[in-house]
Amino acid sequence: MLDLLYQPWPWYIAGPIIGLTVPLLLLMGGKMFGVSANLRHACAACNFGNVEFFNYDWKTAGKWNITFLVGSVLGGFLGGYVFANPEPIALAQSTITDLQALGIQDFNGLVPDDLFSWGSLGSAAGLTVLVLGGFLVGFGARYAGGCTSGHAISGLSDLQLASLIAVIGFFIGGLLMTWFIYPIILG
Amino acid sequence: MKFTEYLKYLLIGTGFGFVLMKSEVVSWFRIQEMFRFDAFHMYGIIGLAVIVGIISVQIIKRNNMKDAQGNPISIPPKDPSQVKRYLIGGSMFGLGWALLGACPGPMFALLGSGLTIMLIPIGAALVGTYTYGVLRDKLPH
Repeated sequence: MLDLLYQPWPWYIAGPIIGLTVPLLLLMGGKMFGVSANLRHACAACNFGNVEFFNYDWKTAGKWNITFLVGSVLGGFLGGYVFANPEPIALAQSTITDLQALGIQDFNGLVPDDLFSWGSLGSAAGLTVLVLGGFLVGFGARYAGGCTSGHAISGLSDLQLASLIAVIGFFIGGLLMTWFIYPIILG
Repeated sequence: MKFTEYLKYLLIGTGFGFVLMKSEVVSWFRIQEMFRFDAFHMYGIIGLAVIVGIISVQIIKRNNMKDAQGNPISIPPKDPSQVKRYLIGGSMFGLGWALLGACPGPMFALLGSGLTIMLIPIGAALVGTYTYGVLRDKLPH
């Protein structure tokens, strides 16, 4: 039984549990599931320069969500540290071959040490991935009005056309990056 | 909000972070694999999450269910006429998602798993969010 906590979970178990987050939050307090709103709440809490977009009562709007996010960090600690899977991810061999050709050497954890370590900040590739990647996630999520949870999960669950357009955008950007830009960054 | 309510949101968040870890959705490798169409894993997760979401939202709406405080549940619609915003903003998000291999939820779950370097992309994402707020009126929506 305890093995289940250490082992990776298959998609048909994880998918429905993630989907249940939507009705749980709705039934608990009429809240819409969406993680990136917390980045806006954090900006609203500081709001240097009195930017209009961040002028709202972030406490009323976001305390529940920030609490949810703190929980996610805790869940990450439990799932990725306390009950960490000691085995490397069972990736498709074709992905491993492609990534090796791009120079990735570490396949042991959830992320490659080649890019995700404090030392990698010294390399152009590491800096691009961590800083530009983070920036685009934050900028793009707010521009599009939501991220994977807000659009791909919540929005599609409510059959919103806007979210479908956003998810198509997610894939346009993701495919461009993976197939055309990443080889240049790692080259 | 009462303390017990905070506790509930904390618990749901903890469950969410735990599943993100166990399903390896947080993994840069899994995102690479997804955008290369090399495995069904991520599509299975997102697909089933959406199916469960659609069914439960329909049940909630058709039965006019109320939340735990007794308030009617209403989901604000997003304006689909703002095509530019969703397509351009979405594409920028997609570029970042594939580059970093993590979207906002996984960024924080990975931090919790002890990957302290995630503080850098989290900080950069805050700068990105702030930059959007400043430039908002000048961007096509």
